[in-house]
Amino acid sequence: MKSNPGVHLWVVQRVTAMLLGIAVVVHLVTIVTAVRGGLSAREILERTQGNEAWLLFYVVFALAAGLHGAIGLRNIAAETIGLRGRGADLAWLAAGLLTAGFGIRAAIGLYA
Amino acid sequence: MAEPASLKVSVWRGGEDGAFQRYEVPARTNQTVLDVVTHIQRELDPSLAYRFACRVGMCGSCAMTVNGRARWTCRTHVKRVVDADGALELRPLANLPVIRDLAADLSPFFDKWQRARGTFLPKQSPDGAVPEDFAVVPPASKARREADAGIECIGCAVCYASCDVVAWNADYLGPAAMNRAWTLVNDVRDGARGERLDAVAGDAGCHSCHSTQSCTERCPKNLDPSSAIAGLKRVLFWDTLLGRR
Amino acid sequence: MMDLRPRSHPTYLAFVVHRASGLLLALFLPLHFWVLGSAITGEARLEGFLRWTDNPLAKAAETILVVLLAAHLAGGLRVMALEFLGWRRRQKDMVAISAGVALLVGLVFLLNVA
Repeated sequence: MKSNPGVHLWVVQRVTAMLLGIAVVVHLVTIVTAVRGGLSAREILERTQGNEAWLLFYVVFALAAGLHGAIGLRNIAAETIGLRGRGADLAWLAAGLLTAGFGIRAAIGLYA
Repeated sequence: MAEPASLKVSVWRGGEDGAFQRYEVPARTNQTVLDVVTHIQRELDPSLAYRFACRVGMCGSCAMTVNGRARWTCRTHVKRVVDADGALELRPLANLPVIRDLAADLSPFFDKWQRARGTFLPKQSPDGAVPEDFAVVPPASKARREADAGIECIGCAVCYASCDVVAWNADYLGPAAMNRAWTLVNDVRDGARGERLDAVAGDAGCHSCHSTQSCTERCPKNLDPSSAIAGLKRVLFWDTLLGRR
Repeated sequence: MMDLRPRSHPTYLAFVVHRASGLLLALFLPLHFWVLGSAITGEARLEGFLRWTDNPLAKAAETILVVLLAAHLAGGLRVMALEFLGWRRRQKDMVAISAGVALLVGLVFLLNVA
């Protein structure tokens, strides 16, 4: 089979979508519960500091969200401004990983 | 709905850079949009170019853009698409080159059927010879029912003209070609499954479909090309993930 | 100007909502991660940031983001049900349910934040 980036990026987007389908539900429930009675730094950090489960959750969440968003932007850019090609694909992938890096940095901040 | 005494018909004349021309056509009961176009050509302006053949919804040659929507004109009653003001706007099908007036050039549409490997290749005799025995295909089997669901396509290009992804990506195969591919992927007698799945994969194929479902919404035969494309994605997903291709 | 006449059906509207929410969320995501990562350098710093977000404008923006996220989630689940499970029937009902879920989540957020 010849190289076909559209297929592989689509598979990545759907696999991340499945992960996000669970993660976003958890995230929304956490948000709605956490804002009850006001957000406080203590409340958040008590939940996350030293907790490997939350660290793992946020790292996976950030990675999935970063890649999923970048591939979505790739498709929008291709269809609206005609930005296509291998160079553009690699740039979007880099943008997705960079975004995920920002998220992992925040997740480590919550854990440490 | 109140029936107007006459129809005010705006008809596209010329090529891509043409313009609308107005005609007044008497309203009749049980009149179809194709009847209106035929009246204009026979009674008012013999230079009008349009295309039709069977007039009974079988051949798929009379589709046009009627008041903004792609439709088969021979089976579209005027009273279903016209308000009390009697205004009717007719253009050639969208997403295709315009030959002249209401006739669009369907070559890109049919070329893509070929590119999507829309031709049956008998598994038992890839050289094209007549197989020795009949293939036994249980009509109630899952694959056969999937194939049957999409088999009645008349190739009218209404779905192709209604699809935004076609407009956004000139290489995109479009709903009809992939609906055809899906019927063959589900045909147990067919021997070109691998090549066909390769042909419909990627940005020019099923993976660019965003399930707006305009094809399914507009198909005059009530087929569901959107689900056919989803089926191709599903098969390709598992085949790619499990390393079967 | 885009002709809306061929595009006026529920699943097309669902696509527009999915694309618009996805675009906004994808643009917001790096900002969200960067600001959070910078704020979580200590409890006091994070607390200061959270108190800043107490202003009504930030709360309104948060509500919009929560609705966008819920809409994108619900719409995405519908698309994946079509793609992976072949749920071809009752697409319009599923669009309506997705919209309902998004608005409900927004409402619950507003009730809890108030």
